[in-house]
Amino acid sequence: MQWACILLPQLAMDGVLRRLEAPDGAAIALVEGPVQRRTLHSVTPAARMLGLQPGQSLAAAQALSTHFRTFEHDAAEVERWRALLAAWAYRFSSQVSTELPHALLLEVGHSLQLFGPWPRLEARMREELHALGFRHRIVAAPNPHAARALANVHDGLAVDEHALNTALGQLPLERSGLPQPVAFALSRMGLRTLRQVFALPRDALARRFPAHVLAYLDTVRGDAPAPLACYRPPEHFEGRIEFDSEVESSQALLFPLRRLAQDLTAFLAGRDGGVQRFTLVLEHERCAHSEVEVGLLTPQRDAAMLFELGRGRLEQARLPAPVRGFQLVARELPPFVPAALDLFETRAQQDVPWPQLRERLRARLGDDAVHGIGHSPEHRPERIAMAGRATSDARPRPGWLLAHAIPLRDHAVQVLAGPERIESGWWDGGDIRRDYYVVETSLGQRAWAYGIAGDPSPAHFMLHGWFA
Amino acid sequence: MSAVVALDGLLASRRLWRGKPSTQAPADAVPTGWAALDAALPGGGWPAAALSEVLLPADGVGELRLVWPALAQLARGDGVIAIVAPPYRPYAPAWDAAGIRADALQVLDASPRDALWASEQCLRSGACRAVLCWPQKADDRALRRLQVAAETGRTPGFAFRPMQACANPSPAPLRIAIETAPHRLRVLKCRGALVPPAPIAFPAHAMHG
Repeated sequence: MQWACILLPQLAMDGVLRRLEAPDGAAIALVEGPVQRRTLHSVTPAARMLGLQPGQSLAAAQALSTHFRTFEHDAAEVERWRALLAAWAYRFSSQVSTELPHALLLEVGHSLQLFGPWPRLEARMREELHALGFRHRIVAAPNPHAARALANVHDGLAVDEHALNTALGQLPLERSGLPQPVAFALSRMGLRTLRQVFALPRDALARRFPAHVLAYLDTVRGDAPAPLACYRPPEHFEGRIEFDSEVESSQALLFPLRRLAQDLTAFLAGRDGGVQRFTLVLEHERCAHSEVEVGLLTPQRDAAMLFELGRGRLEQARLPAPVRGFQLVARELPPFVPAALDLFETRAQQDVPWPQLRERLRARLGDDAVHGIGHSPEHRPERIAMAGRATSDARPRPGWLLAHAIPLRDHAVQVLAGPERIESGWWDGGDIRRDYYVVETSLGQRAWAYGIAGDPSPAHFMLHGWFA
Repeated sequence: MSAVVALDGLLASRRLWRGKPSTQAPADAVPTGWAALDAALPGGGWPAAALSEVLLPADGVGELRLVWPALAQLARGDGVIAIVAPPYRPYAPAWDAAGIRADALQVLDASPRDALWASEQCLRSGACRAVLCWPQKADDRALRRLQVAAETGRTPGFAFRPMQACANPSPAPLRIAIETAPHRLRVLKCRGALVPPAPIAFPAHAMHG
């Protein structure tokens, strides 16, 4: 069994940065603690250049520089990011755990058959994490605890059973995952690396240190299995971004929408599902939240398409008040079957498939604006206009039908054919009894017009269609 | 000019006019189904990746009859024929009789403003086999956008416009006017060849009893 550890060293900061539009090079500090004693939780490299350090008090930091932005550190939000990433990792493995701090553990031994050799899988995970905006370190080892311990100092390391003890032995004590007092006590004994600790007699260690120390050493070496609780994907998706200032234009909502669409896609890919309907919730300060529903005809999970649809709906929506927060909630997550691509598709330029185009059109024109022409056995022209095939006779039918017949105002019409009696509908109250004629107007148009049954006078004709 | 341009390419794309009409027909055309018209058009049909304009003195003078044979051919593969904001409702039995699969037709309801946008989207996407539209109050810029979109998406577009529009120049490579007394067609513009001097026969409906 092979386990991969994805260490997320900057999760809190990444979570903040990814809701900013151009965070590169910005001096940003996360602050925590009570109002009287605010301290810095983490800082960006640019902020570090100003002399800011984690653990510093906010007052001291502000004495050093005022050219940095601060954000509140929210531990609950960090956990949400970790849950999102667990959902993302779930696509690569059915065994994903968030039990060890700051990391995601996933069993990849069985995934390699599907995703190819480890370097390829690793590269793919890195690429996707990068796109999602999370910095990370990845280490693979035969057991999850060893992978977690090695990730403390390594990145991109993959060890097998044989190399495991050597790799673990080289870990310095203070970063070996042992509790801090234990590591300190061991270093006071003159020990520097984990190899020296492994070399100590068991009973001597057992006498000097609590039992969990020995248990930990056994666990990382894989001598004593310590199973982890597995992550179970939630049944629906909720993503939220809060703004630090009020947003008035729907344009400014596009960036968070793009982010949340990406997150939703990552979540859907993890559970191999699609989304049929989602809701954009706009949080306002002083009035009730407003909601924008986005419905799809078929389940989808393409980030660009979901963004495009959300954008179409959002641009149509009227915002009653400035927006403080933005949520994307998806509850209808049916299974998703990717559209089969035709191997012999002759049109190379098909860059937007019809389902995607149809969704884009519906988003702007309205849900019912795009429709086909169906079939139904019905004789009354107005009823089959949109849904119908005439009976199998070969009598002429116009290509255009008027939604409602109008009087044919033309004094020089020439009857070319007819009458054709259409008599129907007596069974449901919508009965008609008409004589249809093909006529030519003075402008040279071919019209389909009718008069009351038995009245062949063109003066009373009603225009019902065009032989265009 | 330093770039070397193959003459064949220029001739094939019909950007170069040659005094004598070329004998081989470029492949990128859809036969109109009207023999006399095919013979008169440089590609032997509607341009397959461009906007074609049909100018009408009034509705109901044969505009659908003119394009139906080409549409029937385009509808044969899978793909959609988009009818953007038509002036009337397409009457399925007639389209069916013209050989156009009803399930290939998609009607888009849109306001005049959105109709231009929707037509452009349909043309540009490459997802449609053909796009029919009725640009209202379309200026030169709007038509050029449609023409560029048709080229980008490699989709034939048909724009139906009133006869008055023939007085203004248009970016569409092909413009055909329908005349009613008598029934005939007049090619007003066709890129890549001289405009045929004589009108083209376009018989009115043969009427059945």
